[in-house]
Amino acid sequence: MQVEQQKNQLAINTSKLNLWYGTFQALFDIDLKIKQGIITSMIGPSGCGKSTFLRTMNRINERLDYVRIEGKVDIMGENIFAPEVEILQVRKQVGMVFQRPNPLPISIRENILFGHSIHTAGKTSKTEAEEIVESALQQVLLWDKVKDRLDLKATALSLEEQQKLCIARLLPVKPSVLLMDEPCSALDPKGTEAVEELLWELRGKYTILIVTHNMAQARRASEECIFMLMGKVVEHRETGEMFLTPEHKETADYIEGRYG
Amino acid sequence: MFQATPVNHRNLSRQKLFRFLFGSMTALLILPVIIVLSTLIYKGAPVISFEFLFANPTNGMTAGGIFPALLGTILLVLGALIASVPLGVAAAIYLSEYAPNNWFTRAINIAIINLAGVPSIVHALFGLGAFVIFFRFGTSILAASLTLAIMTLPIVIVATRESLQAVPMAFREACWNMGATRWQTIRRIVLPNAVTGILTGVILEVSRTAGETAPIMFTGAVFFLPFLPQGVFDQTMALSLHLYVVSTQVPEMPEAVPYGVALVLIGLVLIMNSVSIALRMYLRGKKKW
Repeated sequence: MQVEQQKNQLAINTSKLNLWYGTFQALFDIDLKIKQGIITSMIGPSGCGKSTFLRTMNRINERLDYVRIEGKVDIMGENIFAPEVEILQVRKQVGMVFQRPNPLPISIRENILFGHSIHTAGKTSKTEAEEIVESALQQVLLWDKVKDRLDLKATALSLEEQQKLCIARLLPVKPSVLLMDEPCSALDPKGTEAVEELLWELRGKYTILIVTHNMAQARRASEECIFMLMGKVVEHRETGEMFLTPEHKETADYIEGRYG
Repeated sequence: MFQATPVNHRNLSRQKLFRFLFGSMTALLILPVIIVLSTLIYKGAPVISFEFLFANPTNGMTAGGIFPALLGTILLVLGALIASVPLGVAAAIYLSEYAPNNWFTRAINIAIINLAGVPSIVHALFGLGAFVIFFRFGTSILAASLTLAIMTLPIVIVATRESLQAVPMAFREACWNMGATRWQTIRRIVLPNAVTGILTGVILEVSRTAGETAPIMFTGAVFFLPFLPQGVFDQTMALSLHLYVVSTQVPEMPEAVPYGVALVLIGLVLIMNSVSIALRMYLRGKKKW
């Protein structure tokens, strides 16, 4: 019972996760336990495996036929590599936000409804669609800004608004985990601040795992922090603690800018 | 401080030289088009009349109209489009969106490009062997259309594949990451954004199809028919073949008639193209990224 409960509190639980691109090993024995409902950040120099780890969590990596994965990944207590698992469901449950905002070249409304419609049989009634759109846009604090121009092409929005829209369009299918791969690196400081504010709004409802190159952002916008180096996890602790008293020399070097 | 140096002068005069060179090449290319078109209009326009367009030829084709040939060309082009566009687009979607990127796919892509270089007379013989004789369609509109379709398939496939690949990968990734299947991605996002490019392929195909003579000579087009085709298994006249006939095969042909036929052929291609160009412009107005 104790074990069961503990399991349910973890959003992501990996053990001995190894990943190869062809003959190049990108992840080494990753054992990570990421708690539900909090914001966890991943930091580390380019090429340390952060993005690879993210892309393994929704199994998008497997599109590349030279990728080989070993080890175990449980998301919300369920093994995502189990044979009966449908990849499309994994991707629905584990949403991904990219470095460059990539709204689809359709209207704001259609962007929000896209995820919902691909996972729903039959037509959605107009009132239900309106509710979905409003609720998703409310959650990302975009509703007041765009409610009068929902039929506008999403690509016409500012980058910050586009990125919020990209987060909003994941919400109607009720994902449990949101993966974000440097979601602010294409945004200006104001946009970054707005998205970070949004992350705190979404905290609790969703488990958020955010990759960032921005030390200050990791510090501001996450509760736990993972430091990776050369495909290995060096340190995984409460963010404030890690930045104040890093346990490892590599961590200290990196967060103080002596590395990478 | 800001005066031109000899180096600037040298660079600028070179720049002027190349600009002139490229400009004159462009002019050289446009010139023949202008000469051909103006000659056709000057010599052919006088014979164009309602009767010329909509009556049957009389007096051994030296008088009357060219309606059977005009109608024949329209039917052949439409027939070729109906056969080749769905087939070509489907093949291009497979090659671009589904096929693994390996040597086999690359070999197929190269083969398709080479197919575009096969002389039309070879396609004519293929059409004769395959459609006229093997499938027993006889020399007919059906056999001629299919021959034209085979000949123009590479155009449709290459144009479609290129316009599919011009759709940014980020859109596909956005869809896949939300759990969309490949088909949902293609149907909802990729195809709507590739339509304009596909239509460009169709425009090229129409132009090529309407002007071809060799492939239809053996498979369905005839010099002269006293009546209009009644179905796809009938033979038909066609503008391109008719042009050849009135230019070279009929004695005492009034000089203006071949020019008139050529003008009608070009006009027909322009009208058919302008439909797809208009559609393309309308669709492009709606797309933005």
